[in-house]
Amino acid sequence: MNDLTKLTLAAARKGLKQKSFSSTELTRAYLAAIEAANPKLNAYVAITPEQALEGASLADRRYASGGDGPLEGIPLGIKDLFGTKGVHTQAASHILDGFKPEYESTVTSQLWRDGAVMLGKLNMDEFAMGSSNETSYYGPVVNPWRSKGSNANLVPGGSSGGSAAAVTAWLCAAATATDTGGSIRQPAAFTGTVGIKPTYGRCSRWGIVAFASSLDQAGPIARTVEDAAIMLTSMSGFDAKDSTSVDLAVPDFAAAVERGVKGLTIGIPKEYRMDGMPAEIEALWQQGIAWLKAEGATVRDISLPHTKYALPAYYIVAPAEASSNLARYDGVKYGLRVTGKDITDMYELTRAKGFGAEVRRRLMIGTYVLSAGYYDAYYVQAQKVRTLIKRDFETVFNDGVDAILTPATPSAAFGVGDEDMKADPVKMYLNDVFTVTVNMAGLPGIAVPAGKDAAGLPLGLQLIGKPFDEETLFAAGRVIERSAGIDFSPEKWW
Amino acid sequence: MAIDAATVTRIGRLARIRVEESEVEKYAGELNAILGFVEQLGEVDVSGVEPMTSVTPMQLRRREDKVTDGFYPEKIVANAPLTEDNFFMVPKVIE
Repeated sequence: MNDLTKLTLAAARKGLKQKSFSSTELTRAYLAAIEAANPKLNAYVAITPEQALEGASLADRRYASGGDGPLEGIPLGIKDLFGTKGVHTQAASHILDGFKPEYESTVTSQLWRDGAVMLGKLNMDEFAMGSSNETSYYGPVVNPWRSKGSNANLVPGGSSGGSAAAVTAWLCAAATATDTGGSIRQPAAFTGTVGIKPTYGRCSRWGIVAFASSLDQAGPIARTVEDAAIMLTSMSGFDAKDSTSVDLAVPDFAAAVERGVKGLTIGIPKEYRMDGMPAEIEALWQQGIAWLKAEGATVRDISLPHTKYALPAYYIVAPAEASSNLARYDGVKYGLRVTGKDITDMYELTRAKGFGAEVRRRLMIGTYVLSAGYYDAYYVQAQKVRTLIKRDFETVFNDGVDAILTPATPSAAFGVGDEDMKADPVKMYLNDVFTVTVNMAGLPGIAVPAGKDAAGLPLGLQLIGKPFDEETLFAAGRVIERSAGIDFSPEKWW
Repeated sequence: MAIDAATVTRIGRLARIRVEESEVEKYAGELNAILGFVEQLGEVDVSGVEPMTSVTPMQLRRREDKVTDGFYPEKIVANAPLTEDNFFMVPKVIE
């Protein structure tokens, strides 16, 4: 193997174990790839070569002594939202300028416990608010995928755009990401990678910069279903420091990958057939249904009647929670401070300068829907609708459905600086129309690349599972991956 | 319930985000577009429906009321823009 960066995580792990190459060699290969690609793709906001090589050398020693962990010596990229001790942690925001936490997030500490190596911090939409990675203070990430015969830059999706771009461009073996309304699954679909948002409570939120606490979940983006399963096993687990962390045993997710779908019942929700959805996406969906049937699954039409209300309810609940969570950024405890004539002036100027336009917009909406006189009309109403959305899913699961198949996104990747979306924030929000229901109901959802559009861009399918049944998603996701049998490698231009 | 200029200014003050005179109109337009989008929630019949308070059927865990962490003020203030003797420094609040 000439190019070690092209190996899947599982293959790299095997090679390391068999001593075909060392973690130091693998890590150096990734660092060289990042150095060459990052000026064009902007996937990393901080690169940590010294830490990476130190971690790799430690891993090599563990391999020599036979005490290797499940991710020993595997180089990973970490989304900038995860607190990493002494290392750039800014949620890709100006307001956290220079912030280097004194602590390590639970999820990343579990990755290091299992032997993984950190390559650096990945770009993202500011505070995870966005679907195109264009709201980052560090500038947009460029999707390694381009339309056939075109040089136009496309977005990698968001908010975990840096994670998705780095994984598909071979700039890390896998990456951490987070998903509040689709921020793992939408970028995965835009880049031909696999992304899973586990059940709410599966991964600890401790040490991850909070956006909307009742919706936020960490998860991996990886190049294969198996790699995503290996990552999620290490990232999951009970943590007393997160009061919503669930005390449940973590299965070996990788063991479920080849389980197949024989005997499973897959639901197809009619409400996910949207007006104006491209024919290619409808065709892909039908293809997915055919693949699952061919492998022995029963496919059944179902109804999730409150689907269309999930996105509007989300745009009340998420900004409301954000306006509370982001109140802490005031120029006193960390990051940017803009001085003013008094303390209120300092707060207002710091927050106006430190937050980008999209974050300010959402904080304003969140403040408004929680303000006196509007709380019941907006916030309480949205939380009631959320109960109904969750009930829709409970009804079909109680009725014998094991998982639900939908498209992952309403389109393939779009252009950087798309004029329509710039003019109307709601247009951008519609990117999450198929993914946001899952967060509102706290369920697990996986996006798996399943086909390409006429321009050669990847398209993904989404599987939604019962609470804490990620195993079925890995099994069914693997069937889609295997049936599609497509090589999702972008043509290298960077 | 359209948002007017006075409301934009009021929300800006509540959110502690300075809104310049020149930005008011733009904010009003964007916020009204978002509110116009969420308005459709009003058509959902929610009679007898409890608002969601937890997405997982669990009670928040409680812990014993005792000190389990702390005693490192220098770490707490390590990232602050201005400190003195492990205190956060802010402009004078009381005249």
